[in-house]
Amino acid sequence: MLPAAEKVITRNWGKPDSWTLEAYRANGGYRSLEKALGMTPQAVTDEVKKSNLRGRGGAGFPTGMKWSFVPKDSPKPKYLAVNADESEPGTFKDRYILENDPHMLLEGVTIAAFALGVRTAYVYARGEFKFQAERLQRAVEEAYQAGILGPTVLGKPFGLDVFVVRGAGAYICGEETGMLESLEGKKGWPRLKPPFPAVVGLFGSPTVVNNVETIASVPTIIERGAAWYAGLGTEKSGGTRLICLSGSVNRPGVFEITLQTTVRQLIEDERYGQGMPAGRKVKAVIPGGSSAPVLAAHEIDVELEFEALKKIDNMAGSGGVIVMDDTTCMVRSLWRVIRFYAEESCGQCTPCREGAPWAARLLRKLEEGRGEPEDLEILLHVAHSIAPFPPIGLGNTICALGDSVALPIHSFVARFREEFEAHISQHRCPFGDRPWGHYGALRA
Amino acid sequence: MGSPFFSAEEQRVFDAKLSEILAHYPADRKSAAMLPALRLLQEMKGWLSPDGMRLVAKALEVPPERAYEVATFYVMFHTHKPGKHVVDVCTNLSCSLRGAEDLLAYLEAKLGLRAGTSNEKWTLRETECLASCGTAPCLQVDEVHHEGLTRGRVDALFDKLS
Repeated sequence: MLPAAEKVITRNWGKPDSWTLEAYRANGGYRSLEKALGMTPQAVTDEVKKSNLRGRGGAGFPTGMKWSFVPKDSPKPKYLAVNADESEPGTFKDRYILENDPHMLLEGVTIAAFALGVRTAYVYARGEFKFQAERLQRAVEEAYQAGILGPTVLGKPFGLDVFVVRGAGAYICGEETGMLESLEGKKGWPRLKPPFPAVVGLFGSPTVVNNVETIASVPTIIERGAAWYAGLGTEKSGGTRLICLSGSVNRPGVFEITLQTTVRQLIEDERYGQGMPAGRKVKAVIPGGSSAPVLAAHEIDVELEFEALKKIDNMAGSGGVIVMDDTTCMVRSLWRVIRFYAEESCGQCTPCREGAPWAARLLRKLEEGRGEPEDLEILLHVAHSIAPFPPIGLGNTICALGDSVALPIHSFVARFREEFEAHISQHRCPFGDRPWGHYGALRA
Repeated sequence: MGSPFFSAEEQRVFDAKLSEILAHYPADRKSAAMLPALRLLQEMKGWLSPDGMRLVAKALEVPPERAYEVATFYVMFHTHKPGKHVVDVCTNLSCSLRGAEDLLAYLEAKLGLRAGTSNEKWTLRETECLASCGTAPCLQVDEVHHEGLTRGRVDALFDKLS
């Protein structure tokens, strides 16, 4: 049987008033900060490096290495920008960290700031997270009152200000440089890299951009030690991982899992998804948010771990696992995904701005039974023009949103081509007016 | 001091809150406050009129088109007066697998307008993924999440708002 995951991120969830400073301290909170303040900043960074913590926002970049890219001798102020713009379809984990344990995030922010020599940190929450941003803001105010934030941190000669900023509804601001533009008060057009934010980031200064779950992992790493944290994971990725399970499965939700957990185990295990609805089988699973390539049913014995998914030309992404059962229409599913990216394309790069809406129109045409035999090749050509595949990362655009349009198209058509062709030959959707599978109707 | 746009009291509130916001940014980066400043104005006035955007731009010492550029980029900013309640329905993949298309159709019939349109009372829109995929289908009314929706829950929620 699959071993239970150690509770790192979720350990306080469900405890009474877990979001308050009092409860967080009663559960051992802010002791890691005390410990870190007794270390040298370099020793804290080394500990994070040795823990094999990898970014939980999508790209999976080693966190300690990212921190070490910040120039030590820069005369400019340095910034930490925490990405709480959780918008990748199928992803809803950072939201629960903000709701259930904002102080775990803040403790991580203070430790990271100490390690990096940062005196000002921003947390950028997506605009739709009004409740979550307000809860975090209250935690920030509690931390100022308790002397955890402000001109001195726990009485030590190190000061830190934390500001919570809300976006206003734009998926692209989850891209790290789009987020920095937005923090600077602009529309969220991603920047060409290099220079990377660690060198030229917010206000032209060295900036570390980390995801909420990533930063919230830091206190535990300091508390239990890098070796312990690394030991929870695999050779190249430390710790546990939050996974967001949604779609056609009996128990959707956020689960903290070991990185050795496979997609199939996540769906079937009693502690997690509790299996498929009665009589239904898995048809397709998107393993890392809707930007990730889709997997067919025979491919789901893959571990939900960065390297394992990379090896099969997929990605761990943001941890959003979306399950489709055998009565779900793949054309409609893909159309749904691509419409989103067409709407959210920021308009900066031509392949994405023009290609995404073109692909969405083609998919609509196919789904409505108006497709012509050549449409499928045109669709693939459009996808190829935005980003060839495989491997991941060949996009012809400034940021990865272009890849997010291309990868679903390439992967859906490669695995379910006959279903696309059936839409053309039958001049209709074979699933009729029930394209969304077992749970696809609104309940009374 | 009042103006045709703000009463004296409104101006005082706006100035006080804006100076709190500006304290979050470097002194030479006033324009970084564009998003919070536009949100402040929208909370006070319900939407961002051309006069309002001009006022924000002036306060942040940038040309008015900068305020307009930002306001029109983000969907939560309203550069046209919305209905009394703004209803954002997620129809993305995870929600559609849990009844979101039915939900949207049900709301269109119930509220009597098509998605993407407004009347005095309602603005009804399809929106991006709201990070409620585990509790789908979901929507937001006036920036507040409502999740795990059924016909019954939709009725209870919207009949209360009517």
